[in-house]
Amino acid sequence: MAIVAPPSRFSKYGRPVLAWAVGLLFFFPIFWMILTSFKSDADAVKPEYLFVFQPTLENYLNMTENYDYWRFAKNSVITAVSATIFTLFVGIPCAYAMAFNPSKATKDVLMWMLSTKMLPAAAVLYPMTFLTKSLGLFDTHFLVIMVLSLINLPIVVWMLFTYFKEIPKDIIEAGQMDGVNTWGEFKEILVPLAWGGIVSTALLCFIFCWNEAYWTVRLTTTEAATLSKLIEGNRAPEGLFFGRLSAVSAAAVGPIVVLGWFCQKQLVQGLTFGAVK
Amino acid sequence: MGRIVLDKVSKKFGDVEVIPPLDLTIEDGEFAVFVGPSGCGKSTLLRMIAGLEDLTSGDIEIDGENVTQVPPSKRGLAMVFQSYALYPHMSVRKNIAFPLRMEGMPQAEIDKKVEAAAESLNLNDYLERKPAALSGGQRQRVAIGRAIVRNPSGFLFDEPLSNLDAALRVGMRLEISEMHERMQTTMIYVTHDQVEAMTMADKIVVLRAGVIEQVGSPLDLYRAPRNKFVAGFIGSPKMNFIEGEEAAKHGAHTIGVRPEHIEVSASSGAWKGVVSVSEHLGSDSFFHVHDTGLAETITVRAGGEVGFRHGDTIHLTPRDDVIHKFDSSGLRFE
Repeated sequence: MAIVAPPSRFSKYGRPVLAWAVGLLFFFPIFWMILTSFKSDADAVKPEYLFVFQPTLENYLNMTENYDYWRFAKNSVITAVSATIFTLFVGIPCAYAMAFNPSKATKDVLMWMLSTKMLPAAAVLYPMTFLTKSLGLFDTHFLVIMVLSLINLPIVVWMLFTYFKEIPKDIIEAGQMDGVNTWGEFKEILVPLAWGGIVSTALLCFIFCWNEAYWTVRLTTTEAATLSKLIEGNRAPEGLFFGRLSAVSAAAVGPIVVLGWFCQKQLVQGLTFGAVK
Repeated sequence: MGRIVLDKVSKKFGDVEVIPPLDLTIEDGEFAVFVGPSGCGKSTLLRMIAGLEDLTSGDIEIDGENVTQVPPSKRGLAMVFQSYALYPHMSVRKNIAFPLRMEGMPQAEIDKKVEAAAESLNLNDYLERKPAALSGGQRQRVAIGRAIVRNPSGFLFDEPLSNLDAALRVGMRLEISEMHERMQTTMIYVTHDQVEAMTMADKIVVLRAGVIEQVGSPLDLYRAPRNKFVAGFIGSPKMNFIEGEEAAKHGAHTIGVRPEHIEVSASSGAWKGVVSVSEHLGSDSFFHVHDTGLAETITVRAGGEVGFRHGDTIHLTPRDDVIHKFDSSGLRFE
């Protein structure tokens, strides 16, 4: 007697086909961007060169020679890494306090933190620009790092809180009986147990920082400008320089795609909130 | 050493008073068991002694020293949790060594103590394993090992056996009792299982709604329960309570008769009823008797050879010398 029903046709063939279709749909823009980046600006807009064309590295060479790609890339690395470290530095103790010493207000505080994400960024664009300029912070690394940190802090605290919540309180209390101080509790118990969660939170935060465009484009000009700004700078309203724009975009998203590829296991774990078991 | 004195300790969670002020002394070397139904505050009381829960008022003294404001690790007590609370990312060896490492003990000495603890708990073969690779019983041993190595002045057990299966529970119960005999260290043990309380304790503390109902040795509580609650809680199967005319004959509001203090007969006796359920354990038989006119069910414990079945008429005779008498407020009197 068969206990398990044989797989239906759909689950055997349909599901993989569907999965591939969705996957390719998402990948197509990136594929097209990379393809276009090897075309000359003139070829990029001609329908006859859709797939068959004379590939060229001109766009990439142009980008590094004339547009100072490496400076923008360096700014992206500096701001994204610093903002991620700073966010975790603030977020871990914050999530720890709320997870293990909750008060009546903890839930409200968490909701309030999240609610800051509901404010449309455009609503504070003018005051932000005005303030940063009058404080002399406009176009500085410090400003970009602070802005990236603060916009990601709520989500980081939420994620970490969820991970810490999964650590049984008994284990923390056993640690207290065994004589750990607060720092020891962090180092010996909390961080090792929530390591998977902390790593995936950090990765996600880094990706968000790297990809952030709204503020980095508007609050920088040259000194602290990131790759988002470089892309923005190569956007021509007439749409004439598609090859060049594609090369810049590919070079901007490239590092993050590679990072995401290598860390996909951590990221999936992080997003499904099941790392600490 | 390990004399623990609770002086008018109380606990409130918000406006709810879970433990009204209570006094209790646990002598050095004593095995004290806190027992009571779930929610009676027994675990909270243990956690207050451990220092994991603040007192709302009152003081706790250990060996004459007021430890009310002393953090858990400085009280010289070790705790074994119901969930074992092992560090999942550390091997058994590291788990047991953890409190010693926190004390800053030299590594060579730690190794020696861990080996000795593992030896006494039969854990030598598992020292390099992670907790996830151990059975429930082994995990419990590791938790005990982690408590022993510290050489504490008192052990606190919070329902340590309730996650184990029945057979293992009996075995571990015995091991903990033996450990107490060997070490002669103060132990406080929380359980809702009156069998554990009866078999292990020097002193049982019966709690209900945060209030101590009675303190005494197991047999004191069995023979002379202070009130109906203790009488009903201690002893298995539960004591039968009879009110009305039958109680009045003894000059009481309620009388209590333990199932093992009732003689059974097929032909004659003081009370008559019909067997509704019979449970044959081999060594004993339990009969649940209906239609006696005394109480809804009278439970009787008889020898294994007694063979009444469902629907049989049965005659019961209580042993006069062990009938417990209670007044209308539930207090026992002689």
